[in-house]
Amino acid sequence: MRDQDGFGISRRDLLKAGVAIGVGTFLYPGIGAFAKSDDPVKIGHIDPQTGTYAALGGSQIAGAKLAIDQINAKGGILGRPVQLLVEDSAANVGQSVQKARKLVNRNKVHFLMGAVSSAVALALSQAAHDMNVLYLDIGGHADAVTGSKCHWNTFRTCSTTWLLTAGDFKTIFDKFGKKWYFLTPDYAFGHALHRDYVSQLKQAGGQELGNALAPLGTTDFSSYLIKAKSTNPDVLIVLNAGNDMINTLKQATQFGLNKDMAVGGAMMEMEVLESLPEAARYGYWNMEWYWQQPNVPHVKEFVDAYKKHNADKVPTARSWFGFASAHALALAAEKAKSLNTMKVVKALEGLELPPEVSLQPNKAIYRAGDHQLIGSEYPGQINKSGSYPNLFDVADVVDASKIARSVEAKGCKMTYPS
Amino acid sequence: MELLLFNIFNGFIIGIFYALMALGLSMILGLNGIINFSHGGFLALGAYMAYSLAPAIGFWGALIVSPFLAGFVGLIVERVLIRPLYGRDPLFSLLLTFGLAMIMQDLIRTFWGATGLPFEVPNALTHPLSQVYFFITGYRVFLVALALLATASLFALLKFTRVGIRIRAGNADLEMVSALGINIYRLRAVNFSLGIFMAGLAGVLAAGRLGLTPTMGASLIMPSFVAIIVGGVGSLVGSLLGGIIIGVAAGITTTYYPAASDVVIYLIMAVVLIVRPRGLMGQEGLLE
Amino acid sequence: MKSAASRHVDAAKPADAMSSQKSTRRRVAASALVWALLLTAPYWLPLTGGYTDLGSRVLVFSLAALGLNLLLGFTGGLSFGHAAYFGLGAYGTGLMLKFVTHSTPLALLAGVALGGLGATLFGPVTVRRRGIYFAMITIAIGQMFYFVAVRWNSLTGGEDGLTGFERTNIHFGHAILNLHNSTIFYYFTLFFFAIGCAVVWSVLRSPLGHTFVAIRENQKRLRFLGVSVGFYLWIAFAISGFIAALAGALYALLNNFTSPEDLNWVLSGDFVIICVLGGMRTFWGPLVGSVIYVVVQDYLSSITVNWMSFIGAIFVLAVLFFPWGLLGFFQRRIQK
Repeated sequence: MRDQDGFGISRRDLLKAGVAIGVGTFLYPGIGAFAKSDDPVKIGHIDPQTGTYAALGGSQIAGAKLAIDQINAKGGILGRPVQLLVEDSAANVGQSVQKARKLVNRNKVHFLMGAVSSAVALALSQAAHDMNVLYLDIGGHADAVTGSKCHWNTFRTCSTTWLLTAGDFKTIFDKFGKKWYFLTPDYAFGHALHRDYVSQLKQAGGQELGNALAPLGTTDFSSYLIKAKSTNPDVLIVLNAGNDMINTLKQATQFGLNKDMAVGGAMMEMEVLESLPEAARYGYWNMEWYWQQPNVPHVKEFVDAYKKHNADKVPTARSWFGFASAHALALAAEKAKSLNTMKVVKALEGLELPPEVSLQPNKAIYRAGDHQLIGSEYPGQINKSGSYPNLFDVADVVDASKIARSVEAKGCKMTYPS
Repeated sequence: MELLLFNIFNGFIIGIFYALMALGLSMILGLNGIINFSHGGFLALGAYMAYSLAPAIGFWGALIVSPFLAGFVGLIVERVLIRPLYGRDPLFSLLLTFGLAMIMQDLIRTFWGATGLPFEVPNALTHPLSQVYFFITGYRVFLVALALLATASLFALLKFTRVGIRIRAGNADLEMVSALGINIYRLRAVNFSLGIFMAGLAGVLAAGRLGLTPTMGASLIMPSFVAIIVGGVGSLVGSLLGGIIIGVAAGITTTYYPAASDVVIYLIMAVVLIVRPRGLMGQEGLLE
Repeated sequence: MKSAASRHVDAAKPADAMSSQKSTRRRVAASALVWALLLTAPYWLPLTGGYTDLGSRVLVFSLAALGLNLLLGFTGGLSFGHAAYFGLGAYGTGLMLKFVTHSTPLALLAGVALGGLGATLFGPVTVRRRGIYFAMITIAIGQMFYFVAVRWNSLTGGEDGLTGFERTNIHFGHAILNLHNSTIFYYFTLFFFAIGCAVVWSVLRSPLGHTFVAIRENQKRLRFLGVSVGFYLWIAFAISGFIAALAGALYALLNNFTSPEDLNWVLSGDFVIICVLGGMRTFWGPLVGSVIYVVVQDYLSSITVNWMSFIGAIFVLAVLFFPWGLLGFFQRRIQK
């Protein structure tokens, strides 16, 4: 017992400090960036800042913050300043739901947005529905969010799994061959990507040689890669995300798989590319947005502004999701001239993003029937010899409205509260 | 059949890895009486320090220096945070190291960033060694060899050096060692730091195999606990064996039913606990 | 020296009786205060910057910690895997509501039964060992449930968690208990919290409770006296598992959602630190600990990205400076 008192700090001091911190903590959230009389419009933003998806969540938040700065510089929403209340979800579904309830019940936010993983997006969509609040899914891809589990109050900026697969299917199929092998993460998002690729593959007359289901968070993919190699496919489709993708590609290189077959998949992210050692940079993938679009207006301004605020890092697709989402909410509220949930929902339905927000050659519209943003896909190839930020060569910008499935085919039956 | 063989080999590699973690944990558990939840944090620390050192002193330099640095940090942590816990309810060491693990993960994220970082392994190690058994890559063989070397050195240290003999003696009967006039505080400090050294080494190896993320240690620690329980608390050979057994079991399960590859190690543990509660090589009544 | 000590003891006797009377009165007053605060919480919480769901959350975590504390604080069994029974309670309730019935009470019952029976079933495996070993085994069993929930996609929704169920109103003849209302749900939770308190309270006052404390104080002696220590540990484990499951079931209803994280060992660690923060050997410790922990986490995580460091620091500082918790600390000061 003697040891624990040998620290020089007495319990009394510590208690005092504790009380001080406690009181400070209670008071702090009350002190916002705006004076009370301004009565800000509040947007609750829930994204992972810690845990597995912290890097992806960080990009989305950085993008949203840039948008909020721009909106406030132009006079805010309906003449009121906009406040972004960011909460950490730690990629933990339970915590996300809890934060959503906190933002709505305590902070009285007008809108909710966020999510990196499909799981969080689905959970937030339901929680927002319970509370009658508009929720804009920034980066959770599962089809169901704007498909079979669509809600009148939920919108989405990032692509559906169908758009991700349809973005580069044709190119991979034409270029590399029709015998495909899949490496699929064993959860809803992976299953959806696999199903979507297979249905296109069958229609095009291709052949699925096999599908290895790897549990999420697997660190060693070698046994799945061995299975893939033994079937000798033309194309190995890797549907993993984040760290799982990094590990798969690294291990595939070690086995020399990338020399025997083409490797590709539905979703590549800049954050993943940054983490890949040079030897593991290869393959044909789909991106949802890319910073290098020399002929598209406003892109350069956006990239420069973003770099200035983020230690010279270029914006990723996730940054753009966050950016476009925050702007979309502001535009819809302006259009509705109200913050009423139903009115803003109606205004967001069919809203077309202006060029300085959409930052792509095609139109970007929140489709009215299922609340899905239909914009562009950027299939292309990893730039093997490039150094940051030139890590990807976009081969083609696909207009998503040409490949998107109809609202009915997606299974969304929107019902509005009477 | 080839697939099964491969998975057994692969499981062996993973198992060796768990064993490396489990050895350090087991040493600290034995002499210090501490369940070290922050072991995964030290693993990540070792990996990240190697990442930062590698540009300056190369892969091989980092491989040697980083574990020592981790061990040194361990020494400081032992002195400041762990020492007050000796002789107290194990509950407190559990909680303290649990909190420490959170702090370490947070600090690593703040310092090195949340984005995963690539860790380059020398080219000589990345190529397959054989065309037929292409899955036996240089790095895998190297990993096994190094882990075995480290384990052998550890056992030699414990068997033949004065401090090693004292550590083993302390494990068997701490009061007696203390009565013989040996400074058990110093002994425990050395032991803790040695355990952390093993975690640091595992970290560098993991960095080459998996790349770096702030959360990299968290997923490796639970199987290491299971390895200790299966092998038996108090027996280092048991921990080694336990690690390899669960690794191989997970490998075999992956061949036939991938979804169960996590659960199987806990099932093995449950079976061992029911049939032989003290673990395969554990001593009766230790640490209770 | 010796005589002085014995004189002191003699002199202390009447004072002792008086002070015990005083302390009983103090205890009754404290309990009355606690209940008064809990009953009025929805009215004063918003004034302090809180919200009603936060109050419900505090109650749920208190209840889980209260159950754990019966084992941890009063019987001396260091379980680091109680999230397993909490999570089973949550999944039991969620699955029941989603697939079987729309009756909230039935679902609650199913959750409690699932979690409680889980603890009863796995209790015997754990109680064969003590100390650190006991802790490690409880963790490992908890993780087993965690992985089952993560991998059994078709039933549990896997990594995505279980969605698609919600708490429903309860009908008493013509009267309807509108559980969708946050405030009413708070009182619903408080009702079950009170039941949990009553169970733990009466166990602690019964001969069974005295046996638990005796096991904590000197297990070896009890063994020599022929008491089946393992059996009593098992009973403590089972009761505490049932209470944790009740908390889990309420948690599923609170969020209309369950995920594998509700089974994870990190949550078990949270329950343990809640007990320690408040005071392991005190009855109200878990409630006090839960108030501190849940509220601090709620606020810190809004303010700083590095909230995990602060939570971690709470663990470290609590262990080093307040091992007997806030209530234990004040109790000792008063006794001085």
